[in-house]
Amino acid sequence: MKNPARAASAVLTYGFVGLMAFLSIFPFIWMVLGATNSSIDIIKGRLAPGEALAANVAKFFTQVNAPLVFWNSAKVAILATVLTLAVSSLAGYGFEMFRSRRREGLYRAMLLTLMIPFAALMIPLFIMMGKAGLINTHVAVVLPTIGSAFIVFYFRQSTEAFPSELRDAAKVDGLKEWQIFLYIYVPVMRSTYAAAFIIVFMTAWNNYLWPLIVLQSNETKTITLVISSLASAYYPDYGVVMVGTILATLPTLAVFFFMQRQFVQGMLGSVK
Amino acid sequence: MVHARRGGIGRYYDVNGWLFVAPALSLIALFMVYPILWSLWMSFQSGRGMMMKFAGFANIIRLWNDPVFLKALTNTMTYFVVQVPIMILLALILASLLNNPRLTGRGFFRTAIFLPCVTSLVAYSVLFKGMFAPDGIVNSTLQAIGLIASPIPWLTHPFWAKTLVIIAITWRWTGYNMIFYLAALQNIDKSIYEVARIDGVPAWARFTHITIPLLKPVILFTTVISTIGTLQLFDEVYNLTEGKGGPSNATLTLSLYIYNLTFRFMPSFGYAATVSYVIVVLVALLAALQFYLARERER
Repeated sequence: MKNPARAASAVLTYGFVGLMAFLSIFPFIWMVLGATNSSIDIIKGRLAPGEALAANVAKFFTQVNAPLVFWNSAKVAILATVLTLAVSSLAGYGFEMFRSRRREGLYRAMLLTLMIPFAALMIPLFIMMGKAGLINTHVAVVLPTIGSAFIVFYFRQSTEAFPSELRDAAKVDGLKEWQIFLYIYVPVMRSTYAAAFIIVFMTAWNNYLWPLIVLQSNETKTITLVISSLASAYYPDYGVVMVGTILATLPTLAVFFFMQRQFVQGMLGSVK
Repeated sequence: MVHARRGGIGRYYDVNGWLFVAPALSLIALFMVYPILWSLWMSFQSGRGMMMKFAGFANIIRLWNDPVFLKALTNTMTYFVVQVPIMILLALILASLLNNPRLTGRGFFRTAIFLPCVTSLVAYSVLFKGMFAPDGIVNSTLQAIGLIASPIPWLTHPFWAKTLVIIAITWRWTGYNMIFYLAALQNIDKSIYEVARIDGVPAWARFTHITIPLLKPVILFTTVISTIGTLQLFDEVYNLTEGKGGPSNATLTLSLYIYNLTFRFMPSFGYAATVSYVIVVLVALLAALQFYLARERER
């Protein structure tokens, strides 16, 4: 008697979830198909593989100094990631292992900075970078992003699981505090580092507003800025734009598929 | 742990603590705290470029007489009021459906719905701009299945441009929120649902009376995160709709207006800083309100 109702609900569930999954994936399919079509066909909504892939790729590589642009993006993202992880893990470890009332107060004050919107920082930061003569440099892009309250928070939360017996044993063996951190904490916490790496790398690779303000010459621009300017041309060549978006999305897509567990763990870092 | 404060060991302990946290704290102080205080000071200044003088509350008064600011504020609040609830509800429904272990292929569905999170905000905005072109794939599909008679002017009509921004953000962030709910659902004892099912509680009531109350802390967390994100909306609007703010500023957001004031028009740092403090105040107020509401319902 209950079967028709159950069948109907199953159809409804699968229909809804399937539709959502389809809508989520569709733009990716459209992007890949788009790269094989001419700009006019893309704008006309053609949804089949075309023959313009080679032409689009060739046009992309003539219009864009691709090796330089990707080098810029990689440089900014890797610098930001390595420095953020180093500074934040030191702080997360410090806050958790060496507790004091004053540091606890500062930690809480630091968490408040999570609410500061970037829009309220960009003008002073821009003036600061101008005064320091850093406009149009990658240092200016990376520098303000290294101190991240969120990543410090993430490391501190994860450090709770770090066995303090390890630290005590190392102290008995005569290791200095920095040696304990470097030789014991870092290797033990590598999955935390992996998850944090993914968050910071993605954010840095995809960062847009701040680089848009600071990077003004074509020699320093990152892939995100290049795609944006390709697409905002009066008559954008969508075939070329599609090639660009594919190339810009590939690194983060690869990270996602090869490190899916850490990826999700990183995203969830804050709720435990 | 705080007992060893006095004497040599206590000092050693404390110095090490400071050394470990110093780099991060000084960077945050220099690039977050100092600028946010500076822009507060700036918001009481007026003038062009670097030539500024104290102006008292002139900038705040200027806000209420600035139709572009009021438009940007209305738009930003519209995105927030319309988009965040739709997305949170959608993510909750998807999470509770995909939490069912008997659903075949749920791993695939989860990955698929999460996939938009890997795209950069610029990349997906550019994709959506192409898909929602006048003769683009979306309009031609809607016409083919007979839902609309003539193409929708997604990019050029104020109402549709706003709708497009909302659709785009929802596409990008629903899976992200869903992941939080799925993780939280795993900590809920499955037997609660079994008992409710046996007692004949219908699926919708299980959702509203079990899932939502139990997930409240996570829902609160994601709502705060989404609020802060929506109030800062920039990349999508800048890349999605024409003319950097859409048809007659229909999609202009506060962040975009600050950008325009600072980097596109004659730089007006003082006034732009005042607008940026509107976001600061809104974020603080809405976050406080959400925490308050969640606490109220707990009683």
